[in-house]
Amino acid sequence: MRRLLWPILILAALLLVNVIFTPGFFSIQLREGHLYGSLIDILRFGAPLILVSLGMTLVIATGGIDLSVGSVVAIGAALACLQISQDQGVLVAVALSLGLCLLLGAWNGFLIAAVGIQPIIATLILMVTGRGLAQLITDGQIITVNEPAYKLIGGGYLLTVPFGILIVLVVLAVTAFLTRRLALGVLIESVGGNAEASRLAGIRARGIIVMVYAFAALCAGVAGLMISSNVSSADGNNAGLWIELDAILAVVIGGTSLAGGRFSLGGTVIGALIIQTLTTTIYSVGVPPETTLLFKALVVTAVCLIQSQAFRDKVFRRRGGTAPPQPVNEEKVRVST
Amino acid sequence: MDAPAPVLRMSGIGKQFPGVRALDRVDLRLLPGEVHALMGENGAGKSTLIKVLTGVHPADEGAVELDGRPVAFASPLEARQAGISTVYQEVNLCTNLSVAENILIGREPRRFGRIDWKRMRARARELLARMELDLDVSAPLSSYSLAIQQMVAIARALDVEARVLILDEPTSSLDADEVGQLFRVMRRLKEEGIAILFVTHFLDQVYEISDRMTILRNGRLVGEYLTRELSQVELVAKMIGQELEALDKLHGEARAFTRPLVEARELSRSGAIEPFSLTIHEGQVVGLAGLLGSGRTEVARLLFGADHPSGGQLAVRGEPVTLRTPRAAMNHKIAFCSENRKTDGLIEDLTVRENIVLALQATRGWTRPVPREQQDQLVAKYVKALRINPPNPEIPVRNLSGGNQQKVLLARWLILEPRLLILDEPTRGIDVGAKTEIQRLVAELSDGGVAVLFISAELEEVLRLSHKVAVLRDRRLIAELPNDDELTKEVIMETIASGGRT
Repeated sequence: MRRLLWPILILAALLLVNVIFTPGFFSIQLREGHLYGSLIDILRFGAPLILVSLGMTLVIATGGIDLSVGSVVAIGAALACLQISQDQGVLVAVALSLGLCLLLGAWNGFLIAAVGIQPIIATLILMVTGRGLAQLITDGQIITVNEPAYKLIGGGYLLTVPFGILIVLVVLAVTAFLTRRLALGVLIESVGGNAEASRLAGIRARGIIVMVYAFAALCAGVAGLMISSNVSSADGNNAGLWIELDAILAVVIGGTSLAGGRFSLGGTVIGALIIQTLTTTIYSVGVPPETTLLFKALVVTAVCLIQSQAFRDKVFRRRGGTAPPQPVNEEKVRVST
Repeated sequence: MDAPAPVLRMSGIGKQFPGVRALDRVDLRLLPGEVHALMGENGAGKSTLIKVLTGVHPADEGAVELDGRPVAFASPLEARQAGISTVYQEVNLCTNLSVAENILIGREPRRFGRIDWKRMRARARELLARMELDLDVSAPLSSYSLAIQQMVAIARALDVEARVLILDEPTSSLDADEVGQLFRVMRRLKEEGIAILFVTHFLDQVYEISDRMTILRNGRLVGEYLTRELSQVELVAKMIGQELEALDKLHGEARAFTRPLVEARELSRSGAIEPFSLTIHEGQVVGLAGLLGSGRTEVARLLFGADHPSGGQLAVRGEPVTLRTPRAAMNHKIAFCSENRKTDGLIEDLTVRENIVLALQATRGWTRPVPREQQDQLVAKYVKALRINPPNPEIPVRNLSGGNQQKVLLARWLILEPRLLILDEPTRGIDVGAKTEIQRLVAELSDGGVAVLFISAELEEVLRLSHKVAVLRDRRLIAELPNDDELTKEVIMETIASGGRT
């Protein structure tokens, strides 16, 4: 698809930069029945961000935004780890945790669709209180767990592939099925494109909005499980910190407009991979730690500019001033009076 | 006749949009001191030509000359600086700012870097005086009527020394007096030697004000004519490319309507419409006549569940119902084509196909998608039946012209096979050809047993189609008149004027 051309080119360019600094960057090896390699690492460490971004894509497509996903990551992680540390079964812990996340997401959706609070405000509430909630669950401590079955989610392997990557593939497939094979996608795009017109066309926007926020929180919950499982602990303060901003960025880089309407799941995945690759690049290029944030900001700015059709038009027009068979700028008539 | 040299000459203009050949080697010349009408059906390329001229879109081919020198505008700003000013159909002003601010925004007179408010107000007053307007220039623009806002937009366009003034359907929301006022201003500007390009769908206005016209059809130039040498019938024939069929009353002989479909009893919504009673029978076309703001749309919205009534009852086929949402109305097979297709109708991001199946999809819910083959079949059927142009269902609906967008909206509701179809101004801003097609469609639907509530500001149209006419005035239904031989436009206007006290 043409819309994905630029994100793919940017991702490819970033990967190539890495090859220059780390010659073995593209090599993937099979060690002890597990796949290893830098590319696998990008996918594995990028998995939570991809998940959160997928949920965020649907939210943004309805014309909303969800700032609370980072807090939901922390809450999901905290509840699951608490349950496991109290000798609860892993499946029960996971189910409880994801159930709570769904509930929180539905609450966001309720505030927005039924009460009519603006999305950025409604989710800001949970963004702030959510961190507190996570602290309450963990009693202000960092809970460490040591449970092999839980470790599988974020750190384990299945059929040589990191388990997290498989989760992402399943969630992506389910999302794609719901939105593109079923009619959820077009209804979401319709609500995001023009809410009043959608209402007059008979679309029940409320249900769709609640569902979309619940889905975003569910994705965040799974990401929370992944993150906490990978480090075997739940940190209410830092788990998923600022991930909502990376997710929003991934969605935008992927070509979905913040104004709502048309969305692209593929674009979002590529957007999230660009951000993760950028993080990897910072390490492989050896950017000094005190300048990493600045470096990241510069690259992100460049990426967003390259993504913008208007910006590209401007640059190409200026550079190719002599190329197109159009009257040259200077010859334009200025009618003086 | 020896004409003076044209101020502006466009020749061989071509423009391609994805899937649409919008303009194909079109010429246009504007002479100083003349009003030049740009005529054509919807989708003929009028708007595109204007956008090319004003630098909104670059032309793919062709040349533009201003005073004999080649020009190419990269933006509307450049065009305006060169003396080509445009007033668009939708007033592009900020109603929350004052009149003076609106006129001089971006060009505020400054002193020591700060805005010189006194000079700004004086300049605004001066510009308005040129148009014989005396307004409080410090008042917010929103405190004036749409017509005045339109004049303000023109005043704003004239602040730069305009050589060419483009008026894109400036009269579509004005009443007769206001149109007269606008025409006085146009004549005056014409005398000053300004070339005016005038776009409208009202043929009478073309003959009243224009000296010369250029006719487009399907993106091609039909020709340039002197207005006094071309009769109205010839003009219409050239625009639609065929002879216009005689349009008398489209519905057949008087029918007896015995099966009430929708009955409103003392239905009301405070602040919107006083209690009204109205019965619509199966197969009946009911016209709603009344001035703008008389409550026509409000009646429609209540019958569709888009607004909640504050009192009264509604019955569908004898069963009392409460329509809490549009969806509830749709379950009773009521459909509503809203007046404002941009804000309340189409989803501009989506394709023609997606827009057409949207309401059907909504009734099925997201879990039961309309199978793609069925979608393609339905869409193909209605694209053909309504002659939606271009006949490519996969392009975004925003690339279509106004009349074709209206047809897409109609198709959306027709596939639901409604029992009552509410049409709110379905023919506004669309051309003669599409207009007759839509009118014929209404007649056909009615013959097929579908009830239609037809709202239009054009009384001829209401009379032509309706079996009965309900007249509204000041948010009150004042009369219900059977459409027999005695009912004329004058009778309806008298009814409105007298408030139904006959």
